Amino acid sequence: MARHIVAAVDEIPPGGRRLVEADGKKIVVFNLGGEFFALLDRCPHQGSALSGGILCGLTLSDEPGKYHFSRAGEMVRCPWHNWEFDIRTGKSWFDPQRTKVRAFPAHVEAGAALVEGPYQAETFPVKIEADYVVVEV
Amino acid sequence: MNIIRPIAAPGRPAAATLGLVDCDIHPRCADLGEYRPFMTDAMWHRLTTYGIHARHGFHKGYPFPKAAPLASRRDAWGPQGQPPASDLGFVQKQFLDHYGLDIGVLNPLQPSGQGDVNDELSAALAHAVNEWQLAHWVDHDARLRASIVVPYEDAVASAAEIRKRAGDGRFCQVLLMSRTSEPLGRKRYWPIYEAAAEVGLPIGIHAFGFSGNAMTNGGWPSFYVEEVQEHATSAQAQVASFVVEGVFERFPSLKIVMIECGFGWMPSIGWRLDNNWKRLRDEVPHLKRAPSEYMREHVYVSTQPIEEPAKGEHLLDAMEWIGWDRILYASDYPHWDFDDPRIAIPSFIPAEKRAAIFGGNARNFYRL
Repeated sequence: MARHIVAAVDEIPPGGRRLVEADGKKIVVFNLGGEFFALLDRCPHQGSALSGGILCGLTLSDEPGKYHFSRAGEMVRCPWHNWEFDIRTGKSWFDPQRTKVRAFPAHVEAGAALVEGPYQAETFPVKIEADYVVVEV
Repeated sequence: MNIIRPIAAPGRPAAATLGLVDCDIHPRCADLGEYRPFMTDAMWHRLTTYGIHARHGFHKGYPFPKAAPLASRRDAWGPQGQPPASDLGFVQKQFLDHYGLDIGVLNPLQPSGQGDVNDELSAALAHAVNEWQLAHWVDHDARLRASIVVPYEDAVASAAEIRKRAGDGRFCQVLLMSRTSEPLGRKRYWPIYEAAAEVGLPIGIHAFGFSGNAMTNGGWPSFYVEEVQEHATSAQAQVASFVVEGVFERFPSLKIVMIECGFGWMPSIGWRLDNNWKRLRDEVPHLKRAPSEYMREHVYVSTQPIEEPAKGEHLLDAMEWIGWDRILYASDYPHWDFDDPRIAIPSFIPAEKRAAIFGGNARNFYRL
């Protein structure tokens, strides 16, 4: 896996997302409260772009009539058929073992480390004093 | 870096060797003023003063809120924020050109006047919507065909609207909804079928509408997911009514297509009707053949939303029963449950049958 610097951290605020390209793949990068996650930008159902989907939480129920809402903003819904995917894992809610969108490791690294590291060259300048989102593809 | 190209490259299904025909596209007016040139002063006054009253008691809007704004794909708004399928240029770019459609059938939904409790307004709006389809859509893109929107609760007015369009090749079907105040086979609706048979057009029956009754036999459901599943049962009631009332005996050239109703239920009602007809035939002596024979001669179905069983052979079995020549591709663009033609029609269906579904069957059905 090659490491790709895809954005400066402050370009994707918490709750935000950015569509990027790395290794010829379209990848959508999400910021969940400072943690970054990267998913292939293609729904496994009919191929729509997940980057155009809304974020929602997880609505669960112990029994009919009792509902719990949690993990606000951590699920992305396909903009066509509303399938729910967990941004942290890429797994669908209704069939997590078999229906999932490919997830790529993502993390933050300091510019000072990146300017020396074995990373894919990107077309924007990396500043030593800034932090960057790195996706492994 | 960060150069965003369209996610899905343009292209049509490789199996569409007999052309790509979509029998379910939903154009929308950006605002009601688009209908104004096609309405009388009196009816425009009524519309703008008293509004639209669906056959739904005091309820306004959708019977159930949709899962998505305007029930549409979230990428279906135009670059200037135009509502989904309201701007021909964007529809061409995002849909017609993108998938390489040869022919697309327009099925205008609300506001279309259909199911309105006021017969005169219903007829006036339906007429305006028909003129609007030509002026805003069909006359600007030769790939598009219009549906004759009729105020179906007033069958005489509907027949008049159908006859106005006789011989106009820009229209390819008469459009009804699946929820009507009485089952569609009843005689009060027969003037519609008489006129359709006379002008040589088939009937398209699209899911939804306003019947004035609860949408399930057991009353009002609690959830939208129940509403979208219910289309199968209202479609069953309509198909059974067409067959049992003898509509196809009286109008032997008439053909109907059930649009957006699914089709997995078709074999089941065919079996049940046949079984009961053997026992109760003398109640309906006007039927000269088993009910399923009428179904397999006169009733067509569309694909979207296609059933997606875990075992592909279950889908093949249902399609086999219906008839490979009576299944038409539909996209439902721009709605949220849209079916991409390259993916929705699974590849385990033999290629020549997919070709029929994509184009050949619709060309025969609509005589395109």
